[in-house]
Amino acid sequence: MHATVIGAGVAGLACAVELAERGASVEVLERAASLERAGCSWFAGGMLAPWCERVSSPAHIVALGDEGFAWWAERYPAMVRRGTLVLAHARDAAELKQFARRTEHYEWLDAAGIAALEPDLEERFEQGLFFPEEAYIDPRAALAALAERLTGLGGTIRFGTEAPSAAPEAGRCVIDCTGLGARAVLTDLRGVKGEMLHVQAPDVTLTRTIRVLHPRTPVYIVPRGEGRYMIGATMIESDQASRISARAMLELLGAAYALHPGFGEAEIVELGTGVRPAFPDNLPRLTRRNGTLYVNGLFRHGFLAAPALARRAAEFVLEGREAPEVMP
Amino acid sequence: MLTFYDVPVRSRLLLGTARYPSPAILAEAVRSSGTEVVTVSLRREAAGERAGQAFWSLVRELGVRVLPNTAGCHTVKEAVTTAHMAREVFGTRWIKLEVIGEEDTLQPDVFGLVEATRILCAEGFEVFPYTTEDLTVAERLTAAGCRVLMPWGSPIGSGHGLNNLFGLKALRARFAQVPLIVDAGIGVPSHAAQALELGFDAVLINTAVSQAADPARMAGAFAHAVSAGREAFLAGPMEPRDMAVPSSPVVGTALLS
Repeated sequence: MHATVIGAGVAGLACAVELAERGASVEVLERAASLERAGCSWFAGGMLAPWCERVSSPAHIVALGDEGFAWWAERYPAMVRRGTLVLAHARDAAELKQFARRTEHYEWLDAAGIAALEPDLEERFEQGLFFPEEAYIDPRAALAALAERLTGLGGTIRFGTEAPSAAPEAGRCVIDCTGLGARAVLTDLRGVKGEMLHVQAPDVTLTRTIRVLHPRTPVYIVPRGEGRYMIGATMIESDQASRISARAMLELLGAAYALHPGFGEAEIVELGTGVRPAFPDNLPRLTRRNGTLYVNGLFRHGFLAAPALARRAAEFVLEGREAPEVMP
Repeated sequence: MLTFYDVPVRSRLLLGTARYPSPAILAEAVRSSGTEVVTVSLRREAAGERAGQAFWSLVRELGVRVLPNTAGCHTVKEAVTTAHMAREVFGTRWIKLEVIGEEDTLQPDVFGLVEATRILCAEGFEVFPYTTEDLTVAERLTAAGCRVLMPWGSPIGSGHGLNNLFGLKALRARFAQVPLIVDAGIGVPSHAAQALELGFDAVLINTAVSQAADPARMAGAFAHAVSAGREAFLAGPMEPRDMAVPSSPVVGTALLS
């Protein structure tokens, strides 16, 4: 089987790797010149946090995400599975209670429990939720690992290459993972803008994803190693990946500073924005159109859901196996 | 029949469109609420480049009347500019006018509100001002041309219900002919029922529905509460008394001694 995957974001590379591992001869076409410019995956948090996501997503997302841990652990061994710590400041205790009511797979921690996990947060929070089975990965390193694995399996990635406009030749399957680029075909796609920043904070030591709940500006912080942290991310109904707004930056940094004053001394290393592709129900799906399989709508669940979706896509194109995510 | 600026509405429940888990769930909530009017906030950055188009068309496709708002505006100038953009994007003269005065409680800046109302009414807008229960402010707003008022129940998104019953009753009594919509602070359906029982014409709900575990179901619950409250108002509720009054007659009961 020859397969063409269009788009080298996390969905495209996961599909390509999955197909190549199953023996297909795979080429990936990416319009951008490098992985860095290949869509919103580059700016993702890289949280594998299906149980936390349950707070605003149906149980299906948990099931898709749960499938991803083993997949990533094998293909990106640097995955860090130390759980997620969810905190709220004393005046926002109600947020924590509501979060707990809508999620599962966690334990309540008191101040001592929080300090035992993250000594840097000692005496800062009275209570929190710990989701021990969750993990995070560095999205950029993970994308590079997938690209390398694909080439190792004989696949190719052609950057700076537009998708062919002609119908695919017989015997070649085409999987389109172009996010908002597929809008002309998947007309109910919309963009949800996200803004993030990277800081270098030598005074802060955090070893797992921290989510700080807040009625207006919830924030998450993911360690990137060597004192570097990703702080994200806004959710704005907008198609435009224009630069980060001053307000978003103030809010993200303010929330980080409130978590740990050491973030006040941090250096700002990078600002980034991306536009997540989403369907009206914010759930990913596989769609067949004119001989092409579209894997799209991963929304804020790209790294979380890509392995499960890649598996569905490969099983569908290679074996014709249907799954609930495959739309007629 | 209840009318907002001569537009008749049957449902006394207005729904905000922010912070739902997804647009699909928002659409379900709108359907199960039976609402005829939804509010939409316009982010300036999204409006500038028409980048929020996709979400706005989803809202337009809900098939209900759109009441754009100026949420997040802190000055008269911002609010007026946002109102202009909203008119262009949604093609309506209706505007829910918010001028926020205090960051923590998001309390309206009533001075800015009156000023912005004057400007927008003069330009032909039909203004739904988000205000407090203050009578003098309400006088100024109606004098400026408002034919609907939206007093708060309690701070936006707080879920505390009707904070100042005395003030709200006084407002209702003083502005008997003006449609009054309780906006902000309603947390559970019983708060909404209470507003309608007091004779308020309608309520606007957002967070209480969008942040519920099952927004569509909660929207339905609010629809029931709003019609129960309205029916109760029309039915004429009893006045509370300090003395217990037995509900079964005691005169003539047998003395078994």
